[in-house]
Amino acid sequence: MSQNLLYSKTHEWVRVDGDTASVGLTAFALEALTDLVHIQLPEVGAQVSAGQPFGEIESVKAVSDLNSPVNGEVVEVNSGVDLEHLAEDPYNKGWFIKVKMSDKAALGSLLDDAAYKKQCEEEQH
Amino acid sequence: MDASVQKTPLYDWHVAHGGRMVDFAGFAMPVQYGSIIDEHQAVRTKVALADISHMGRLRFEGPGAAVFLAELLTRRVADMELGQVRYSLVTRDDGGILDDVLVGYYHNSHGQPFFLMVVNASNRAKIVKWVEAHLPKERAERPGEEIIWNDVSRLWAMFAIQGPKSVELLQPLVDVDLASMKYYRGAQARLLHPAAQRQGCIISRTGYTGEDGFELSLGAGIAQGIWEVLMEIGKPLGIQAAGLGARDTLRLEAGMPLYGHELSEEINPFQAGLGFACHLAGYDFPGRDALLKIQKEPATSVRIGLEMPGKRAAREHSPILSNGQKVGEVTSGSYSPSLGKSIAMGYVSPDYTRPGLELQIDIRGSVQNATVVELPFYRRPTTKKGSK
Repeated sequence: MSQNLLYSKTHEWVRVDGDTASVGLTAFALEALTDLVHIQLPEVGAQVSAGQPFGEIESVKAVSDLNSPVNGEVVEVNSGVDLEHLAEDPYNKGWFIKVKMSDKAALGSLLDDAAYKKQCEEEQH
Repeated sequence: MDASVQKTPLYDWHVAHGGRMVDFAGFAMPVQYGSIIDEHQAVRTKVALADISHMGRLRFEGPGAAVFLAELLTRRVADMELGQVRYSLVTRDDGGILDDVLVGYYHNSHGQPFFLMVVNASNRAKIVKWVEAHLPKERAERPGEEIIWNDVSRLWAMFAIQGPKSVELLQPLVDVDLASMKYYRGAQARLLHPAAQRQGCIISRTGYTGEDGFELSLGAGIAQGIWEVLMEIGKPLGIQAAGLGARDTLRLEAGMPLYGHELSEEINPFQAGLGFACHLAGYDFPGRDALLKIQKEPATSVRIGLEMPGKRAAREHSPILSNGQKVGEVTSGSYSPSLGKSIAMGYVSPDYTRPGLELQIDIRGSVQNATVVELPFYRRPTTKKGSK
């Protein structure tokens, strides 16, 4: 955690740069998933909505939705994302999509570092 | 976790070693300790230890026990030799599968023979009731035909020691020669370690992984001590503790059915590919007449294996398609760590079972190509044909 990130309750991180938001999964989520085998990402141009799935990530054990923390249009997709080494650098190399936000309303309901850290601690018990 | 969830004697060890505990058939069990793939590969290449104390264990003894079990199970047991283990089924009157079980014939340290029946944890209560309902009470008390039976599930712990280095790991701890023990054979043995407190155990060369290995039954009170000894002496062999997640990928690669997925009361042994476990010519057991009929009729659906080129896995209930038409359904699916691709088992109409046939699987709305393949998906290098 760090680097001016915001977090969703479903463990996606967001880095805002102007009206573009990069989205990935947090180290906490990757640690919980383990054994990743597949990721399904949208095409450039797809519309995403806050709280709605934009893709899915699959481990040996199960499939999980990837939820968009923001509203807007996908402008870039990290199609070469390396699942095997994702957990080594989840906040830089590990981004999944970049979204041109249609509005910034959804950012208000995201968690900051401290709030997200607290949520993770609660989930561990 | 729910307070009513039961704990095995290894519960504290699992929690202390990072086990991710889930409720499985009413037991708090570890799905994994770290990576499922690492635990899986430890079984395929080295050795791993899994707690299977949640399994139900029923013990039958007395001069009438063999005939009673023969009248209960789809497979003959009356002709079993001491030290033999057999896979069998329990069926309803209509031939539907109530459970799949392992029956071993052993003798205790006093030389008294007994049968040990290992049942699925999820079916234990059901099978206990089934046994009670079918026990011939009058006969069971007649001198010379007594049947004495006990549910020893909570008294005994059970470990699966699986992997090519299983003999190397376990041999120093027991007084029977493991290298010469054949597949589906077992023995009563002495545990050669102070942690065993001079108690004995039962070892069988069985497992649910498709790999060489053993299953060890021992007293609940010494279970954690022996587990820790095995983990310690297994260190140089690369031992890992394995959870239910790896057990599931291992048994799937081995093409072994799992009750609640490939097997249920609505499935009969022939469509599940378990005809070998039905001896219809011998004793009368519940379901025998139905199975004699079913055997002659064409099946409505049959269990098959499917392989997909990608890593994306089909999961239970994914529809199996042929030219857009649904012809069956997936019962288990996963990425296969040994094969590096996705595998699945399921039931399809009998017209779609030919190995090499190209079908499709609808994985959450995305249709993927899948090829029918022979089971098992994975066969260990040294397996001899017909060792079942």
